Amino acid sequence: MTYVEYKQLNPLQRFAFNFKKFFKNLPGALSRFFKGLGLAIVHFFVGIGKGFKNYGTTFVKGDWATKLSYFVFGAGDFHKGKYYKGILFFLVEVLYVLFMVFFGGKQMYLLPSLGFLKQQQLEDEYGDTYVVQGHNSMQILLYATLTIVVTIVVFAIYISNIKDAYRHQVMRANGEKPTGLKEDAKEFLDGKYHITLLSFPILMISIFNILPLIFMILIAFTNYDGDKHNVLFDWVGMQNFGNLLNVIDNARKARTFFGIAGWTLIWAVAATFSNYILGLIVALMINKKGIKLKGVFRTMFVITIAVPQFVSLLLMSQILAEHDGAFNMLLAHFNGGVNPHVNFLGGQPWVARLTVIIVNCWVGIPYTILSMSGILMNIPEDLYESARIDGASPVQAFTKITLPYMIFVTTPQLITQFVGNINNFNVIFLLTGGKPDNANYFNAGYTDILVTWLYNLSMGQEKDYGLASAIGILVFVICATLSLIIYNNSKSMKDEEAFS
Amino acid sequence: MIKSYKFRRGLANGIIYLILGVMCIIWVLPFAYLVLHSFRLDGAPVGNGYILPRQFTFRNYIDLFSGTSSNADVQASLYFPRWFLNTLVVAACSCVISTLSVLMVSYTFSRLRFGIRKTLMNIAMILGMFPGFMTMIAMYYLLKIMGLNGQLVSLVLCYSCGAGLGFQISKGFFDTIPRALDEAATIDGATKNQIFWKIILPMSKPIVVYTVLTSFIGPWTDFILAKIIMGDKFNNYTVAIGLQKMIDINFKTTYYQQFLAGSVVVAVPITLLFLKMQKYYVEGVTAGGVKG
Repeated sequence: MTYVEYKQLNPLQRFAFNFKKFFKNLPGALSRFFKGLGLAIVHFFVGIGKGFKNYGTTFVKGDWATKLSYFVFGAGDFHKGKYYKGILFFLVEVLYVLFMVFFGGKQMYLLPSLGFLKQQQLEDEYGDTYVVQGHNSMQILLYATLTIVVTIVVFAIYISNIKDAYRHQVMRANGEKPTGLKEDAKEFLDGKYHITLLSFPILMISIFNILPLIFMILIAFTNYDGDKHNVLFDWVGMQNFGNLLNVIDNARKARTFFGIAGWTLIWAVAATFSNYILGLIVALMINKKGIKLKGVFRTMFVITIAVPQFVSLLLMSQILAEHDGAFNMLLAHFNGGVNPHVNFLGGQPWVARLTVIIVNCWVGIPYTILSMSGILMNIPEDLYESARIDGASPVQAFTKITLPYMIFVTTPQLITQFVGNINNFNVIFLLTGGKPDNANYFNAGYTDILVTWLYNLSMGQEKDYGLASAIGILVFVICATLSLIIYNNSKSMKDEEAFS
Repeated sequence: MIKSYKFRRGLANGIIYLILGVMCIIWVLPFAYLVLHSFRLDGAPVGNGYILPRQFTFRNYIDLFSGTSSNADVQASLYFPRWFLNTLVVAACSCVISTLSVLMVSYTFSRLRFGIRKTLMNIAMILGMFPGFMTMIAMYYLLKIMGLNGQLVSLVLCYSCGAGLGFQISKGFFDTIPRALDEAATIDGATKNQIFWKIILPMSKPIVVYTVLTSFIGPWTDFILAKIIMGDKFNNYTVAIGLQKMIDINFKTTYYQQFLAGSVVVAVPITLLFLKMQKYYVEGVTAGGVKG
């Protein structure tokens, strides 16, 4: 369709056209994304190749000091009169060598086997027992990860040391003098300000996000079951993933995984769409023309958002308790004073599951109302006008304009919420804690979703860290795929500027 | 014709008012229950066959803050004032650190241009996709090795360290501040450092307040991380895990009333802060829109 043809369409047709285009472009966008990913990987390796080439050519072109700084950090800088930087570089090398000799080297040596010495109780010649400390695989793995991270950082410093040496060599050849400490310090407040600002956050994120993450990913390939006495564990390759996905033998872990994954999917779909649809309806009612007290209604719902979620969820779990819960008490009033003792959260599996979904509506609908209200006010009024002139009834206007518009605009939000619900730990954990128990499952109950199962496996009675990490990785793969779809869509939507 | 139209519209609106009214009641009722029963006199877990409390008292609040319990048989091992103070300290410390790092990171990504900017932003996006508590076990061992296990410092570290990853909203705000301001300042000889502190920050009050409030509220409402780190150290609990402990099977008969009172004590300030933050958030976003 050409631009002129597009401009001749009426708003409704334009909308239908864009709507179709959006979904038609979805596969294309996806394939573009993966192509981009491939290209990025290629660029990455090309970059590495270039790095090696530079590494070689610099060595050939460099004078003796530059060549020396391939082995002694900071030699080039020192020779060219940039003393403080040369000393800093050299200090890094000394510290790293000391670190590797006294600490890191041993960890790297033990990494492939994850330790082999068992803790032993021996008797000395007088008959007293003493304990010989064995290797602790968990510690070895953590320290080895730390060593690897440190090595990568030092390698980056090494490369920058060489680059700096060569830069100063070129500067001297051009008759320039290296800058002093004062000028360099000033530069960190201006031209290199990003280094000043980012170094602290990046350091923190590396220690408390990236290091644990690498550690947990590595754990997924071990048989660490978290038992306190079993401090030695081994690499097992893909066995944890095999256990999770092994449907052929109908093993207990695989059965649990697919059972829970199924319920997680049902839960995510039900929770997302119930919130979405009911929230949309309420938002429409509040925003309808002629309804007064809009502010009051909105405030009522906003207040329920503002109360900390754990308070409202713990409260709900108490209200719905089996024997002394207020809701059962309320039911007793309609039941002739006899308390029915309905066990909403731990009795029949499907009662518990339904209750969780309904309570989640109570928690989640106000959020939907809040976000929907803003979008509803933005629907162009001329869409409705032209529909009215064409003789559309209010119902038709709703089903043909409002609903498609809302779905179109809020699709990314919907996927975000879907991902959020897959990870919705609080609602399940604080309401039911996974109950009712399922004897067929491995360490899980009927209302457990993948992330609460992960929690049970790492914090509950029967621990299995390896399995837990494998689940974490699978959840990441699912969520990352969905998030990438959103990312692509929102981008394509920005480009197309539909509805503007 | 007109009359019937008016009538129909009136009827429809009436039905809508009715539905909205009922819904408001459903939504507010549990909280009304919470507040009413936190003032209830008798000590049993929940009313004996009645829903509305019959006598009111401040006793539960007094017990909560004095650390005594109405049931003499049980030792008062749960001490709410201490938890409240813990949470306040942790929230204040992590609020300062995370606000600073969020603002620094978002300013850098919004205003400064350097080689690996895009790469770093992509890494941040990917890190955000991992389920959060997958790393908690590792964090637990990391803190154990550092010797910080079960201490309040470790909570501050955990809450504030990852904060730099949540830069998107404030970066969006910084993006809307016209670059002409930066350029003018640069011509006048200002460094990037001066631009950040003297020009961008003073203009970003809504987003600064928003960041401060979100990072302050975080520790009050976080549950899972505190639980993993604190374990059985009652003294270092925050209010969230403390309140959950109160309705644990072993404590519920004694502490149920205090749980309700404690929930009110926590919920009221957080609710007020949230409503304030809401205003600033909306202001920040719309102000950005107008300027952009």
